[in-house]
Amino acid sequence: MKMDRRSFIIFSLGAGAGITFSPLPWKLTDDMAIWTQNWPWTPVPPEGVVTHADSVCNLCPGGCGITVRKVGDRVTKIEGREGYQVNNGGICPLGAAGLQLLYGPWRVQSPLRRVGKRGSGQFETISWEDAIDEVVKKLGDLRVKGQASTVACITGLDRGTVPQLFDRFLKAYGSPNFIRTASAGDTYEFALGLMQGATASVGYDLERASFILSFGSGLIEGWGSPVRVIKAHSVWRSGNKKDRATLVQIEPRLSNTAAKADIWYAANPGTEAALALGLAHVIVKGSLYNADFVKNYAFGFEDWNDSKGQNHMGFKSLVLSKYSPEAVSKITGLSAKDIVKLAQDFAKADRPLAVWGRGKGTLPGSLYECMAVHALNALVGNINKPGGVSTRPEVATQAWPEVKQDSTAEVGCSKPRVDGAGSNRYPLTKCLPERWPKEINENGGTIQALLVHEADPFYTTLDSAAVAKAFDRIPFVVSFSSYMDDTAYNADLILPNHQYLERLEDFPTPVGLQKPILGLLQPVVSPQFDTRHVGDVLMTIAKGIGGTVAEAFPWDNYETVLKETMGDKWHTLEKAGYVEADYKPPAWGKAFATPSGKFEFCATAFDKAGMRISKDMDYLPHYQPIQPEGDEATYPLILMPVELIRLADGFIGNPPFCTKTLEATELKGNELFVEVNPKTAADYRLSEGQHAIIETPKGEGKVLVHLSEGIMPGVIGMPKGLGHVGYDDYLAGKGVNVNSLMGVVEDPISGLCATWGIRAKLTSVLS
Amino acid sequence: MKEEHQKGHGKTYKYGMVVDLDKCTGCGACMVACMAENNISFRKDDTNKLVSNFWMRVYKISNGLPFPDADISYIPRPCMHCEGHGHHHATPCVSVCPACATDYDHETGIVSQVYTRCFGCRYCMAACPYHARVFNWWDPRWPEGMEKYLSPDVSPRMRGVVEKCSFCFHRLQRARNKAYAEKRREIGEDEYQTACTEACPGGAITFGDLDNPEHKVCKLKDAPGTFRLLEKLGTNPKVYYTTTRDWVQKAADVYVGNEGNGVTPA
Repeated sequence: MKMDRRSFIIFSLGAGAGITFSPLPWKLTDDMAIWTQNWPWTPVPPEGVVTHADSVCNLCPGGCGITVRKVGDRVTKIEGREGYQVNNGGICPLGAAGLQLLYGPWRVQSPLRRVGKRGSGQFETISWEDAIDEVVKKLGDLRVKGQASTVACITGLDRGTVPQLFDRFLKAYGSPNFIRTASAGDTYEFALGLMQGATASVGYDLERASFILSFGSGLIEGWGSPVRVIKAHSVWRSGNKKDRATLVQIEPRLSNTAAKADIWYAANPGTEAALALGLAHVIVKGSLYNADFVKNYAFGFEDWNDSKGQNHMGFKSLVLSKYSPEAVSKITGLSAKDIVKLAQDFAKADRPLAVWGRGKGTLPGSLYECMAVHALNALVGNINKPGGVSTRPEVATQAWPEVKQDSTAEVGCSKPRVDGAGSNRYPLTKCLPERWPKEINENGGTIQALLVHEADPFYTTLDSAAVAKAFDRIPFVVSFSSYMDDTAYNADLILPNHQYLERLEDFPTPVGLQKPILGLLQPVVSPQFDTRHVGDVLMTIAKGIGGTVAEAFPWDNYETVLKETMGDKWHTLEKAGYVEADYKPPAWGKAFATPSGKFEFCATAFDKAGMRISKDMDYLPHYQPIQPEGDEATYPLILMPVELIRLADGFIGNPPFCTKTLEATELKGNELFVEVNPKTAADYRLSEGQHAIIETPKGEGKVLVHLSEGIMPGVIGMPKGLGHVGYDDYLAGKGVNVNSLMGVVEDPISGLCATWGIRAKLTSVLS
Repeated sequence: MKEEHQKGHGKTYKYGMVVDLDKCTGCGACMVACMAENNISFRKDDTNKLVSNFWMRVYKISNGLPFPDADISYIPRPCMHCEGHGHHHATPCVSVCPACATDYDHETGIVSQVYTRCFGCRYCMAACPYHARVFNWWDPRWPEGMEKYLSPDVSPRMRGVVEKCSFCFHRLQRARNKAYAEKRREIGEDEYQTACTEACPGGAITFGDLDNPEHKVCKLKDAPGTFRLLEKLGTNPKVYYTTTRDWVQKAADVYVGNEGNGVTPA
């Protein structure tokens, strides 16, 4: 057929009409609409029966009560538990993100044995039987060879049944090396031991205090039990203006706490003890102290004579002679006028409270600084008083039968500890978690096998290079971690514990609480992977070793251990999820178990412990600067770690939700920012967002620069909690681990890590 | 307006929030609780805040003064659920949406977002003066196994749509269902609370019916010194703030650095 113009038009019109009236275009449009909204890859969360279950969060020592919302057998939300004594419904960002830790790819899904080089992250899956056999064989061999004392164990806490099982295991096995990770609580316990003769943790009655003087404590940055302290902060901010409590923050950086404080004093870092003593000077000089307490219940305030008739200096003479506002002003950089005013306001307040423990309290800190702050509390007589500071015991539980040691265990346990704690040099210190790498690297200390539970020493211990070197000298590292944390990543064997939402365990009183409360972790979800309860695994290992080691564990399983330990409290614990002890801090007349039976400004317990104290001043809280490492000429600046509540920096790696909430001036891509004052930046020709190399005597790293008016000139602030190698690329490889730039400066008395900063240099680099 | 819409529809609510900025510590629990509650996606690198997905975002602002007079404050910012004033000042996002994907519900005062209607033109994002709306530039991806924590109450979104804070509308639905089952018509104050309100450890957020004198928010919103963000724009937002710091209150209406008073984003 010939196609002329006319037939073409007719054909076209016909085709047009045909298509229009056919269902085709409509069908196609409809399909397109459906197709563009067809996202089969978008998950459709399955429906199910909704239930709720209570438990306790163990992601930090805060121990908040949590309620999980479940849909079917899945946990879909973690919320703060209403009515729980610690947090009453509130939750912190880390606690709320716990789901990501439960279901995330960083879980260790079965026992793993290292196959590649250490730290290469290459593991093979092995059976539980093989994994346990391997530990039994290794530990058994060491014991036979008489090397039992070369086994060490690092745990996150030392209270609670599971850490106690580890301690018991070592006792029965024959090693003195039970190490718990460090915290400011260690130093405070030490100070309480000296000044009050107490073996207890510190408790702060924050809620009832009316004037809170914080020596660098990141009160709302995750210090103490974070939700509880934030709640206390809200109490301080409630009521009308005259009822509101006053918060004063001493810190070189405008932290959230400093920003929330009524007054922020940026004292020179590391001079907090001098400031506390300067305040004491004003209080003593103006007779603003609690005369009843100081006169009747304290020792060493006035000068005193010992049994030989020798005269010793008291606290009063010391502070009056050495810490005048003018002298302290020179040290701290605060004006003498401010010091006098602060001291007067503090002493005249209704219920003043001085709190101590820098940042989140993850580093032990200086003993004398802690004692100086505690002495301030004593001066105003708030020891064991409402709104004050008290010693706080644990909820009493049933004691376990005495460990029967065979001769190997006896010999092993009598050997000196690898970290030097309890030695002649540090007779009063329980453990020195930051010190063992040095002992191994420099002083010929040996660890043949290291067991790690709920701790990440490879990441959290200062001076990462030294830690890695020490790890290299430990032939056998076993991690019991639920997550592929940095220590697990560098371990030889991983025997994964159930995650905290999957297991039963007791949780000791949250740090800083004034009342003993014992919480219960409950298995709110069935184990997601081939994991086992660490308590059961440890007992299986003990039974494998046999002899008295096996006999030390007469229980069938961990559940029996827990039930027996709780005794008559188990019923309440199981039902309510916690037990509280009825505890009231003792009155002043009965509160102090020191050699003098009084509160000791002058710690004579040093003599009792056989420590050689040469100068009178060394018995008293005084300012003994902890010098940051490095020489000023090479390293003109000072690096201080910055602890953020949105960035976990302990044995838990930051979950993605929390990392997402970091400010754009804290993390960019995989690079972290250091914070410097614009003045400092001008001195070193640094500008906002620019790359720089930060260098300290311990290491270096590439960072971005953020200019902030909130930090003291000369100080560099660096977020703590990044620079992981473990976990997954949601965390690993982001930023630099500030611990790798820091070194350990030991407290001369306690031997604990007193580091607060390190000298550093910041050099600009072009991209 | 409202009266006409609601004729014969029974009781109406006007849900809103009062945030005490003195109690807000910037901890971020509200953001995380919101992400967990509402199946909000996340990515390996979420540091570009222009494209990362927040329904509740806590902004950090500074007073711009030199050390040591510098000060910072945090401002939690959910969707403001703007009411507008009649037809001339309608809810900014609602008035521009060509797809009827977002609407102001006069029964609850909640601005909805219907993901399956949204075709991603992002007019609403341009219209929203609070940056409360976010666009899904990528398909949400959960690492293997992590979809297990997703809640069936909130549908996960897909690439190409806009999303925003719903005042946890699914919680209201849940409360309504419960009330219905118990043959009640009214929802109690405690029965419907947003995830951020519940999570806030400092109790800085109060949520409830702004029109109900028995609800805490009603009194709080009328307290002296209460303000809203960018009030001058006439959006009539339903999220109120209080603070004792003058510079923070000033910043609420002039948040761009050069606009005045030296207030800058931190």
